[in-house]
Amino acid sequence: MDRGKTIAEKILSAKSGVDAYSGQIVKANVDYVMVNDVTGPIAFREFEGLSMEPQKDKIVLIPDHYVPNKDVASAEQAKEMREFARRWQIANYFEVGRSGVCHQLMIDEGFAAPGRLIVGADSHTCTYGGLGAFSTGVGSTEAAAVFATGRLWFKVPESIKVELTGSFRKGVGGKDLAIRMITDIGVDGATYKAIEFSGEGLASISVSDRLTVANMAIEAGGKAGIFPCDELTEEYIKDRVRGKYERYYADEDAEYCQMLHYDLGEIEPMVAFPHLPENGRPVREADVAIDQAWLGSCTNGRIEDLRIAAEVIKGRKVHPNVRFIVVPASMTVYRQALDEGLISLFIEAGAFVSGPTCGACLGGHMGILAAGERCVASTNRNFIGRMGHKDSEVYLAGPAVVAASAVAGRIITPDNLEEI
Amino acid sequence: MDVLKGKAWCFGDHVDTDQIIPAERLVAENLDHLNEFIFEKVRPGMAQAVQKGDIIVAGRNFGCGSSREHAPRSLLQAGISCVVAESFARIFFRNSLNVGLLLIECSADVSEGDLLEVRPKEGKLINLSNGMEFDFQQYPEFISELVSSGGLLELIREGRF
Ligand code: SF4
Repeated sequence: MDRGKTIAEKILSAKSGVDAYSGQIVKANVDYVMVNDVTGPIAFREFEGLSMEPQKDKIVLIPDHYVPNKDVASAEQAKEMREFARRWQIANYFEVGRSGVCHQLMIDEGFAAPGRLIVGADSHTCTYGGLGAFSTGVGSTEAAAVFATGRLWFKVPESIKVELTGSFRKGVGGKDLAIRMITDIGVDGATYKAIEFSGEGLASISVSDRLTVANMAIEAGGKAGIFPCDELTEEYIKDRVRGKYERYYADEDAEYCQMLHYDLGEIEPMVAFPHLPENGRPVREADVAIDQAWLGSCTNGRIEDLRIAAEVIKGRKVHPNVRFIVVPASMTVYRQALDEGLISLFIEAGAFVSGPTCGACLGGHMGILAAGERCVASTNRNFIGRMGHKDSEVYLAGPAVVAASAVAGRIITPDNLEEI
Repeated sequence: MDVLKGKAWCFGDHVDTDQIIPAERLVAENLDHLNEFIFEKVRPGMAQAVQKGDIIVAGRNFGCGSSREHAPRSLLQAGISCVVAESFARIFFRNSLNVGLLLIECSADVSEGDLLEVRPKEGKLINLSNGMEFDFQQYPEFISELVSSGGLLELIREGRF
């Protein structure tokens, strides 16, 4: 074929050894396959049924959803993962205390890198696209297939090109862009597709914000959300990355199925109302009292997010009617927050700070909502019952809005906090 | 694949995996009886009322959300013979191929409780309650082979992947 390629087409071509274009089905070599404590047990059972040797170096095992063990059932489940790691001597198993939310850990530990093909039995595996990887969520059975063969089939996706110009205003970030975009294209607006970001606006978006946006590609149904690797990426990964990696860039004459454009300077602080991430509205239009504010998750639980929230909450107190729960996404983030004095700042304000876990993000533990309660969360999903009771509500927002809302007792931007 | 017959359970757009099976049920000890929890938050009682062979009919983007394979597994365990939807979320689609849940992409005029007949080989869905017929596309070749072999792991076992 005589046309250029998108980043997705280039990575899948390189990994499959086939000159691949969108629509083709290829078998490709996967660099890493990750499973967590929820999706792992099915993968282990399916894999054991194959009677094959595992591709040890490619497997990454991260307990995060229900750890530290929530109850006996989750303890049994976490034990299954630990035992699988021991039986097959899989070095990349990360125990509680040396771990964190799986996607943040994949980044902290340097598995995620530009040009890599990574699959994970967790839908937010698309996060590593923030670094220029092609990474995507798969099921447990498919993870087991990769354990055994190191390969998986992929339909090479068409790509949506998102051209970015300008730069964010103060108090606006990756989460606001993600909610804006999902609201525009809908929760199935990118189904089966990759979303590729480009344009001069990229230079002003921090890697942490790129990871937030890539993380939420799946909330538009996307297979991947990919930012090209640049100096900021190299700087971000230089002390973490394992091994070599390749950089891939889209050709000028690559074909896209859809084009979008955002002037970052025009993006406003956004909040996604229940019960879909596409229900985004500008925060200034929201008038919602809250019972809980939750800061953490693979979307916005990085040190950069904690710094933003700490800046807002400094010298203020959490509203008497609100529980503010802060959950750093990994032990590395936790340690850094401790060293920078952020943890004591949150505690002085009246927040509850825990070690890393997925916890309440998926309605697991550590912050579950009762009937009728409302939570503003820096997470990525606000589905019915996602954080607890079916009649509870989750509002998605970025770290600045979450922290400001914790103080105000209702959903608000930090700017409006001054008026209180 | 044989002709299927079952009663319809109707849903709207964007049925997410948290609705199909809530996160708090995703523990290893539940793996053999996931059917007990399907749709418990949004359609309490459905898990108990579902009959073997019943069919789910939904709108766009069925199965969006998490990668939990528990979702198609729970429907299969409940006896659901196939899901008919206008479109499916990607990971749910792949998971269903591997666990053997039949998915049909088709927009059909169906009401709750209608009796449906599905003829996979002919690509036909017939609503026996209102007499209407709908056509749907067969899977592409690679996917048909994957499904008829019994999923990806079977291909690996046979040394064909
Ligand atoms: S933090 Fe939330 S979204 Fe991220 S992996 Fe954990 S449960 Fe999933």
